[in-house]
Amino acid sequence: MTSETPSKENLQIKSTAADTFKRLMRFMSFRVLMLVVTIVVAVYSTIMIANMGGYVDTIMRNDIRESTIMKVAAMTANKPISGDARRQMQEEMIALEEKRLGLDTPFIIRSFRYLGNALTLNLGRAIYMVSDHGSKAVRAIILERLPATLLLMGTAELFLFFTSVFLALMLSRSYGSFWDKLVITLSPTSAAPPWFYGIFFILIFAAVLKILPFGGMVSSPPPETTIGYSLDLLKHMILPASSLVISAFFISLYNWRTFFLIYSSEDYVDMAKAKGLTSRDIERRYILRPTLPTIITNFALLIISLWTGATITETVFLWPGLGRTIFRAIGFYDTPVIVGTTIIYAYLLAITVFLLDFVYAIVDPRVKVGGGNK
Amino acid sequence: MNNLKNTFREISRYPSAIFGGIIVLFLVGLAIFAMIKIPYSEAIRLWRGGEEVWYQNPKNVPPTWYNYFTKTKLPESFAVKASEDGEFSKTITQNADGTAFIDYEYKFDFEADDFPQEMFFYFDAAYESKSPFVTVTLFRPDGSDIKIGDFGVTHQLTYRFSQDERLIKRVDRLMHREIINPVEGLFAVLESKPSQPLKGTYKLVMHATTFEKDSDLNIEFVSHGQVSGLFGTDHARRDLTVPMLWGAPIALAFGLLAALGTSVLSMIIAAIGAWFGGWLDELIQRITEINLVLPFLAILIMIGTFYSRSIWVILGVTIALSIFTGAIKTNRAIFLQVKESTYIEAARAYGATDWRIIFKYLIPRIIPLLIPALVSAVPGYVFLEASLAVLGLGDPVLPTWGKIINDAETYNALYKGYYYWILEPAVLLMFTGLGFAMLGFSLDRIFNPKLRGM
Repeated sequence: MTSETPSKENLQIKSTAADTFKRLMRFMSFRVLMLVVTIVVAVYSTIMIANMGGYVDTIMRNDIRESTIMKVAAMTANKPISGDARRQMQEEMIALEEKRLGLDTPFIIRSFRYLGNALTLNLGRAIYMVSDHGSKAVRAIILERLPATLLLMGTAELFLFFTSVFLALMLSRSYGSFWDKLVITLSPTSAAPPWFYGIFFILIFAAVLKILPFGGMVSSPPPETTIGYSLDLLKHMILPASSLVISAFFISLYNWRTFFLIYSSEDYVDMAKAKGLTSRDIERRYILRPTLPTIITNFALLIISLWTGATITETVFLWPGLGRTIFRAIGFYDTPVIVGTTIIYAYLLAITVFLLDFVYAIVDPRVKVGGGNK
Repeated sequence: MNNLKNTFREISRYPSAIFGGIIVLFLVGLAIFAMIKIPYSEAIRLWRGGEEVWYQNPKNVPPTWYNYFTKTKLPESFAVKASEDGEFSKTITQNADGTAFIDYEYKFDFEADDFPQEMFFYFDAAYESKSPFVTVTLFRPDGSDIKIGDFGVTHQLTYRFSQDERLIKRVDRLMHREIINPVEGLFAVLESKPSQPLKGTYKLVMHATTFEKDSDLNIEFVSHGQVSGLFGTDHARRDLTVPMLWGAPIALAFGLLAALGTSVLSMIIAAIGAWFGGWLDELIQRITEINLVLPFLAILIMIGTFYSRSIWVILGVTIALSIFTGAIKTNRAIFLQVKESTYIEAARAYGATDWRIIFKYLIPRIIPLLIPALVSAVPGYVFLEASLAVLGLGDPVLPTWGKIINDAETYNALYKGYYYWILEPAVLLMFTGLGFAMLGFSLDRIFNPKLRGM
């Protein structure tokens, strides 16, 4: 910053404020631009990958040809029809089907059309998949599955986050105690993913003890009353939710504990202790305050990670969530659904990252927006 | 050298490091053993083999050691060939007119509390025009004997006990009731209901007559029990020993290569970015941000579905997608610090090239931090391979632990009670994960000065 040595103090303050604002604006527009570029490139890459650079077109063309030939053969099986007429019929039907799926325009042109649609959140229609209500709109398919995923992931992840932060604070206070050592010893168990614990849980609670269901979201037929339905839902949720929690619990606890320990071994904390402040005050003012940005970041990223669901855990437990839908969409080569879920995740991530910059500036006095770098 | 010794001394102070190290060493040993015991091509032949390879095994039976934990001992599966296996004798008496009598005798103990599922004779007769003739009788421990049957043997004949109507009738008459599986009757106390197994030594006697000079008859006796092998069998009669053993080298190769490739490449790229700075650094940062948006698992699933399920393709994609992640940011931050050190300045002063500084002075500084990160990353990749297999995207050729779990899931092993089918690969996977995680964890505490004593 260059100061032009103003005569009046008042003026100086004003100019600094204006300066800060200008810098803030420049910084913000740069951030937004970068995020937009990131989203565009990421979404376009997803489109390219989901179409295998146009290779999926070939698969779909062959699929259409095969099924149409079968269809025509079945339709004309008992009819006196010349081979030429039949062939013409085939070609017409194939052309029609390819036009319906947009295969008549070259892939490169279509890929940019996909990109434009995706960026404007015009998710379009699925190619093969249908929502349970019979709609082919990608929006309907996603919205139909979202509650199931949010319910399962939300319950598990929020529980995991708050318990581990809270317990980690307690552990960091009783550093070296039995519980502390236990957590350290158990943290390698988090090497296994949730579905792995899921299999064991199914084995123990569903197959051997027969007290909880193997999978699914509600019994069939579902209970009639709302209370009965909720209880049934809860019963089905216990196993998948606890496998999501267990698989990350100890490592998350360990990480938070270590994180808090590093901050509580700072000199100013010792100073505060020497001053005789209560441990509550120390925790709130000297440990939680500087760690707040990290806690907020983690929380924000966790919230948006709920969106993607847990593909394999949902598959193992036959949970009708978004993760399983994406997996099925890939099996159907249903690119609109794949791209649709990705674009929403990309937007959520970008918005979160953008907002976090401001949150940092508010909660962390050490962060200076824009300036300060060499 | 001294440094290395100190490190080892330090490591030995952590029991979890020792434990993890032992597991890792055990796995490496298992992998080497598997590769020596069953060569690669043989493993694939066995794993892809159908009935012609695995006809000796029953379907979906637990391993033999299952009997140690249960009260009712289940009969073991076995297969013996006449004259090749010691207990199954074959004596040939040549006659003057060109015919010959061949006597076979096989003695075996039956001590199980349940009955074998099925028994077979696989006959292999060599003759020109007149086929040999054979009579089979089973002598039981209670002194009685049951005629199994007598038949002319065409070239390759498979005789199934449960499909011989005459044998079923004979057994029914002996038991005084209708029995679905004649094998049950053959090994039961006469007229018992429900069938009581008759324990003791059984003797299978066969008399064959051949009618030509060079005619011969080979017999293989196969019993499908209710337990089999060291690891049991799956739905396609395959002995799970093959995938259980071969899972180790594949899991280790995938995990180690992915961890090594990812961490080394991201370290080098971070060093280059941090050293040169400018647009290159900026580009690396942007690529990392783009990569964070891309759905990692979905892309892997897409590659597996559309393109190739080969484990090496998946490995390459995994590495490519895992280079530009948080690790590159962490490494970059450290390199930026190191870049300002005086020894780098000294190197620059004596005129070292950029690449010399990057590879000789920057990167070696970070290796102590790299090792624990590398070891800790292995379980993630081992489980990633298993996860893809569970989704049905495992390598179609290679026998892996994940493939066993996938097969078991597909055939509802948990629902039907074939627990061994899922538990065996799961336990090995868990050991692998735990071993590397524990080792990496302790290494992290040793090498990372910030964590020391925490």
